[in-house]
Parts: sequence; C-alpha cells; structure tokens
Amino acid sequence: MGAWFWWMIFGMAVVTYIPRAIPLTFLEGRELPEAVQNVLRNIPYAVLGALIFPAVFFIQENVWFGVIGAASAFAIAFTGANVILVVLGTIAILSVYGLWFG
Amino acid sequence: MQEHRFSSGLKAGASIAIGYFPVALTFGLLAKTTGLSLIEATAMSIFVFAGAAQYISLSLITAGVLPALIVVNTFIVNIRHFLMTAALNEKMEPDARWKKALYAFGITDETFTVLATQPGDKIRTSFAAGVIVISYGSWVAFTSLGHLIGASLPGFLQASMSIALYAMFVGLLVPSMKGNRKVVSLALIAALFNSMFYFTGWLSTGWAIMVSTLASAIIIELISRKGVAA
Repeated sequence: MGAWFWWMIFGMAVVTYIPRAIPLTFLEGRELPEAVQNVLRNIPYAVLGALIFPAVFFIQENVWFGVIGAASAFAIAFTGANVILVVLGTIAILSVYGLWFG
Repeated sequence: MQEHRFSSGLKAGASIAIGYFPVALTFGLLAKTTGLSLIEATAMSIFVFAGAAQYISLSLITAGVLPALIVVNTFIVNIRHFLMTAALNEKMEPDARWKKALYAFGITDETFTVLATQPGDKIRTSFAAGVIVISYGSWVAFTSLGHLIGASLPGFLQASMSIALYAMFVGLLVPSMKGNRKVVSLALIAALFNSMFYFTGWLSTGWAIMVSTLASAIIIELISRKGVAA
C-alpha cells in the first residue's frame, strides 16, 4: 500500500471518532427534554434486539449454527448465569455440535 | 462504589475481549491477503477500532474503490454511534469534557451494550475505561497476531467462536428481560424491524440497526405514555 493508505486510515479514524465523541462531549451538563431522555433510555434494549436478530442466524453458512447458538445462549442466560458463562457455555455447545456435525 | 472501579470494568469487558478474539484474528489474516503489511493492518485497528467498517474497507480496497469513498462509507456505517453515545451520555457520570472525549474513542456496539446495561444509576468513568481497555487491547493484539500467524483457528473453533458476541448480547439482554415486558417489547420490535430491513434489502446494515432501534424506542415510549395517561 502507498501513502494513500495512510491518508485513508486518517480519514477513517476521523469519521469514526466524530459520531462517538460529539454526543458525549456536546451533551455534557445539558438537560434534554423529558421525552427525549425516555427514548434514549429505551435505546440499549432496542439496540440489543437489532444487534442479535437476524444476524445471529447467519454467523455460518449452516444456519443451524446460529439457531442452536441463539437457543443455547438464551437457555443459559435464563438460568441466571453471568455474561461470561453464557459466552463460554454457548461456544462449548457449538464446538461439540461442530465436531460432530460440522 | 466498589463495583464501579477500573478492575471491575476489566472484568465486565472480558466477554468482549473473548468475542473480539476470532473477529480480530480473521481481520488480521484478511488484511494480509488483501496486501496490507503488519504495520498497516495493526495501525488500522489502533486508529479506527471499528470492526464492521474495517472489514468493509478491505473488500473495497480489493475492489479498487477510491480511498475517499472508503472514508465516506466508513462514516455511513458508523453513523449509528451518534445514537448510542447520546444514549450512553444519560448513563455516564458527569465528568471533564477531555475525559469524555478520550473514552468516546472506545465506544463500539459491544462496549456500548456492556456499559448501557449495567445495573445502577450512573457509571463511573474508571469503569468505562476498564471495559474499553480490555476490549481495545484484544482488538489490536489479535489483529497483529492474525497477520503474523497468517492462519485462522481450527475450523470447528472458528465456527463456534463466531457466536461469542451474539451470546454476549443475549447474556446482557436476558437479565433485564425477566419480568419486564417493556424490555422484551423493545428488543422484539427492534429485531422485527431489523429483520424486515435485512430481508427486503431496503437499508444497509449500519442504517438498518439505527432506524430499527430508534423506531422501537420511540414506539414503546409513545405506548407506555398512553398507558400512564389512560
């Protein structure tokens, strides 16, 4: 890669940083309207829904990896296990599945 | 406030570090096959720190797309972080602007979800720093390692580890879902919108996640307000 590559990285770094930094610095110490605050408080759970579905089904060409993985993760999480156990347990289940049927 | 210190942040971020491991390793490997040197691949992870955008940039480089267009595309893919950091700002303790500008660099989909779903009222800056340091460290180190060894994990492990970040999202969502219909509805409606955008191809991934999230958050807010009024 030539010099253009470093200019491109510089550009990518700037445009990635802007949406991260502007709300956190600009909104510091400002009180937003109640309705906006309520919507913003809903964002984390809505984001999780959108980040999980439908992408989880397409992690591998074989759609069963995603289906079994998602079902395992929900099952482990519902027992009350903490996040790291959900992650490691789901990986373990899919490893077994992959070794047998992959 | 024991649970809000740097070391508990490191612990809370450990799932992200595990989840980034296969993704960063593969990125390093793909960067090598795309023709990036070790320094170039690692520099991209150090300065950009945005998985989806970095992956897309590799395929665009291969396709011979103009660098300026790759930068524009990076911006479009990452616009959703405006929404996430605005939401996160409500949850973070007030702090000096320079500190917030510093940790803002480390807000990704994954660090955002871990921070924003923490129980309790306000999150300490030091806790956020812990979550970010371990995630960023994993991302950068495993990018280099992927380039150096030039191979990915054994097939079965690569396949099973690709679930890691999704399992983490589930693990963050479920505790809040229990006995809380509002949280269930928020996740479900956003998931339905996002699936619709995916299968119809109306919006690209970055936009689809942002629009689905915002639509769900607004709809549920309107419904719950009506419920209070009635």
